[in-house]
Amino acid sequence: MSINAQLWTAAVTCFAAIFTNNILLMYFLGMCPFTSVSREVKTAFGLGVAVVFVMTCTAILNWVAYRYILVPLNLEFFRFIMFIIIIAAFVQFVEMVIDRYSPKLYYALGIFLPLITVNCAILGASLFMIIRDYTFIVTVGYGLGSGLGWLLAIMSMAGIRQRLAHARIPRGLDGPGITLIIAGLMALAFIGFTGVLG
Amino acid sequence: MLTVLLSVLIVSSVSAGLALVLVVADRFVANYGECTITINEQKKLKVQGGKNVLAALTEEKLFIPSACGGRGTCGYCKVRATEGAGPVLPTETPFLTPKEIEDNVRLSCQIKIRNDLKIEIPEELLAVKEYEAVCSRITDLTYDMKHFHFELRDPPTIDFVPGQYIQLLCPQYKGNREEVYRAYSVASDPADKTIIDLIIRRVPNGICTTWCFDFLKEGDTVRFNGPYGEFRLSQTDAPMIWVAGASGMAPFVSLLYQMRNERITRPTTYFFGGNKVKDMFYLDRMRAFEKELPNFRFVPVVAAPDEGEQWDGERGLVTQALERADADLSGHEGYLCGSPGMIDAAIKVMNQLGIPNERIFYDKFE
Repeated sequence: MSINAQLWTAAVTCFAAIFTNNILLMYFLGMCPFTSVSREVKTAFGLGVAVVFVMTCTAILNWVAYRYILVPLNLEFFRFIMFIIIIAAFVQFVEMVIDRYSPKLYYALGIFLPLITVNCAILGASLFMIIRDYTFIVTVGYGLGSGLGWLLAIMSMAGIRQRLAHARIPRGLDGPGITLIIAGLMALAFIGFTGVLG
Repeated sequence: MLTVLLSVLIVSSVSAGLALVLVVADRFVANYGECTITINEQKKLKVQGGKNVLAALTEEKLFIPSACGGRGTCGYCKVRATEGAGPVLPTETPFLTPKEIEDNVRLSCQIKIRNDLKIEIPEELLAVKEYEAVCSRITDLTYDMKHFHFELRDPPTIDFVPGQYIQLLCPQYKGNREEVYRAYSVASDPADKTIIDLIIRRVPNGICTTWCFDFLKEGDTVRFNGPYGEFRLSQTDAPMIWVAGASGMAPFVSLLYQMRNERITRPTTYFFGGNKVKDMFYLDRMRAFEKELPNFRFVPVVAAPDEGEQWDGERGLVTQALERADADLSGHEGYLCGSPGMIDAAIKVMNQLGIPNERIFYDKFE
């Protein structure tokens, strides 16, 4: 594929990852922080931005590690362990750097970074890109799109839940119950995007 | 076979490589170098950056009061940070009033040292020292209260203002995995600078009181730092009303010694409350003080004596005894020591009897 064609595919993949193949609403990955940190739009945004950043960077790192270490040695089946180690080390490293050079950013994002290490959406994105055989440029688009899609989903959920704060919800459904129902309805709505790009 | 070896090798070397990157990053990125903390515009401390201010000051033998040991849960370790402390963290805001935030007051355990800092701490905290002492006598006062007598070793003497407290270090023991400091008021004669007396009441499941009651033995060495606190006699001649129950008596014992030593003859009435007769202690000692101090009156009050218990003194809550006295107390000062609930109730009654808030002094045992 030429570079231009790859860039176009990357853009389409990015769009698809946000809307039609949303990693949270279509694959239900990363549900744990999605239900627990979606009470306020402000914190949801902080977590979402951290996910976008980590997802994009780890997808790139993992693509390189897979392509240039695991594939030549025929050790593809080791990708789970490899990806997890890389994600954990990367998050640690980023936390240290942010703490050192941008205390302000650290106070805004820092508390979310350790949470993200164990977010399965991050690992999921890295595994999908392998299964789907993406090239490097498409992987960048996919990682970014998946992160943005997750951000969009958690922000919408937080927006809805802020309004729900004063609503009268049946006692048995309060908290995670109503959150899961809303997530289901949002997923249905997102199915409406299917086929948008032909 | 080859695959197994190869895979182990690859995973280990990748992990080792990443670990190396993290170690290098920790060495260079997280290395904040040597930073200078300027205290009250005069004293300069050179410390290694990266840790929090409270820990750095403690290492330099400068003790800021802290009950939780730097976990940001007690809110005691406040200092004014005038330069270089960064923004107020969400972990601090619950402990700071809007006025304090405006005044740059911060929790010293939450400020990470990233650069040179300027802080201001009360001058008297600079006099706080760490002490080593030997517990030479433990006496039972009631079924759940003990009196602990400590002889200082290093440094050999302490200067404190009666009413102040010290922070006793509770070491690790079976059932407690970390060292904690707990505050106790000093109950000894300020003229005798070589000893410290503490009156401690057993708190069910309390970390430090359990240690004091079940583990501390006569002859053991303990560590504490201090003195701290603003609770003390005012520099006036106003008559005083004291209210305290149980271990709240500790600072008042020290105040009584001070009044005896300095021949202070301010009229003083001390309401000492307890639930049952078995909660009462030091009654003889207080009678002795009554003889030595002509204007001192001691009023023990028992809330609900059990049937069969001999009690001919006042009955009811201390606050009720205070109300019953029904005097115009408008010229008086109020001194309170004990649980927050008792103090808040007593302040209300004192207000009704004509003592305004600015003449009520208290030390809440929280």
